[in-house]
Amino acid sequence: MGNQKDQQLSPPQSQQPQQQRKERIDRGIKVRSDGLYALMSWREISYLTLPRFILVAGMLSLPFLMPGMYWQRVISIVCIYAILGLSFDFLAHYVGLVSLGGAFFIGTGGYIAGILNTSFSIPPFLTVPLAAIIGGGFCTLMLLPCLPLKGVYFAIITLMYPLFMARVIEAFDIFGGTDGIIGIDSFSSALGEQYFVVVMVLLFLFGIRRFVTTDRGLIFTAIMDNDQAVKASGINITRYKALAVFIASSMGCMAGACLTHIYMWTGISQFALDFSILPIAATVIGGSGTLVGPLLGCLILVPVSELLRDFGTLRIVFYASILLGFILFRSGGIMEFGQRKYEQFERWTRI
Amino acid sequence: MTEPILRMDTLSKRFGGVQALKNVSFDVLKGDVLGIIGPNGSGKTTIVNSITGFVKPSSGKIFFKGKNITGLPPHKVADMGVTRTFQIMRPYYSLAAYKNLVIPLFSPRAKRTGGWRGGGNLGNRQTIAIDILEEIGFERDSYIPFKKTSTLPTGYLKRLELARCLALKPEIIICDEIFSGLSMSEIASMVPLIERLQDEGITIVMIEHRLRELFQVANRIMVVNFGEKLIEGSPSVVMADERVKTAYFGSEEVEEVMTYA
Repeated sequence: MGNQKDQQLSPPQSQQPQQQRKERIDRGIKVRSDGLYALMSWREISYLTLPRFILVAGMLSLPFLMPGMYWQRVISIVCIYAILGLSFDFLAHYVGLVSLGGAFFIGTGGYIAGILNTSFSIPPFLTVPLAAIIGGGFCTLMLLPCLPLKGVYFAIITLMYPLFMARVIEAFDIFGGTDGIIGIDSFSSALGEQYFVVVMVLLFLFGIRRFVTTDRGLIFTAIMDNDQAVKASGINITRYKALAVFIASSMGCMAGACLTHIYMWTGISQFALDFSILPIAATVIGGSGTLVGPLLGCLILVPVSELLRDFGTLRIVFYASILLGFILFRSGGIMEFGQRKYEQFERWTRI
Repeated sequence: MTEPILRMDTLSKRFGGVQALKNVSFDVLKGDVLGIIGPNGSGKTTIVNSITGFVKPSSGKIFFKGKNITGLPPHKVADMGVTRTFQIMRPYYSLAAYKNLVIPLFSPRAKRTGGWRGGGNLGNRQTIAIDILEEIGFERDSYIPFKKTSTLPTGYLKRLELARCLALKPEIIICDEIFSGLSMSEIASMVPLIERLQDEGITIVMIEHRLRELFQVANRIMVVNFGEKLIEGSPSVVMADERVKTAYFGSEEVEEVMTYA
């Protein structure tokens, strides 16, 4: 009855667009696939697996799709930033520690890999995992006093660490001082190098995704939601926070070790704040808290910054405009937008 | 005379210029339900915070089963079996209700004791969590245990606070205003639950403003005012005391001044 009345009274749609609203309805296939019991057909299975398959296949074929050495090298850099972004996303949106320590992780891992390779002549495929473990332990020890801090306060203090490390190395003239360590072995083949980092990104992506949804991974989410209640539950939250920092910093150190072997050089510039800022920008663009978001963000941001290299210092302006555009118009990031389009119908309805 | 399970010995706490607690001492016997009442700002929550380690007392000692627990960090106090609920409910809002209980089941104490009903084997934590929720009043076959905590009404959140304590198989539960914000019918269903926990031998300390329901369950009442203990005793003795009336309603002279003004 009310509906008919509305239709009689309201003028044609085109004249009064404000009387419409966008309606979003979950696709039936999405509702069914929420419970895995309902996956009865190939269509429904592919609904879930196709996006993941495209991601994996796309990443694995990227080294072949790139024209020339230069762009293949860019792929490796993308993956290194993506690992950093993953570690940021994990710490910030699943543990509640906003970390700006990406540069600290990269630099520590880079120096450890460099020292292991030049002083002890350990081959790259061993230095990378070693750097991840030793560097993860070192970073966790250094960050241990800051673990009671939360949010912005943790961010500020982690921003200080890379600056601190760079100045220490410079002042005491250790590990090559301002010249850095040169003569580090590269990976044995270019293709091996690219596949190593690509596979690492995918392993970390799916591994962390799986880990945060297990029962034990939920403790991290609980600490983010409410650390007092976790304390009152008889759980030592410092231990769990340290574990989370170890996981994140190991990933960062591994990325740093890869970077060192790619450049065949390590130096103070590995503590540059680019390594802290770009992963965060990528997470904002890709979609925070989605884990795959940082990877998508890096796939966009790193090549864009390479393309803008011709503009010199003006590229920062373009770069900032892209970021600003995303924050203003797509603040949820690509993943949130894409997921909504994939999972829901949208249509205009009259109110 | 049996050894008290919890003893607070001349405890004082100062926050800057505010003396929140002044030489408060009391004993809790095993199986007791002790009610702590007092006007707003009288230091009731500070007592809870000092016992559970969220606040370090300025002076004085707290003993649990004869062991000194003064100044221990919160997770160690909870590990010994002294659990608490929060006045402002603190569920994990981004998790489903039953997953809220999976967290305490990961604690070392739950591993030792096996949770509220457990016999040492934790097995599937999610199933145990739903078992505990059912006993505390979440309907098992409904969707309520599986809903996100942020969508649950206050009554369920208060029960969830209690369930978090129970998952640790506690010896003492300290309830910080567990009846506040609940409707009459919700309180009416909560009272038997508290009585049942008491029957199981769990010692309960309740901080409350809802005196009628508190006097139903408590066998001893302590009144706190301006950080000092006014009186302690059975409910009837406490309510007959002149000083308690003064603390709650103000003295005659003050009232007269108020009416003239």
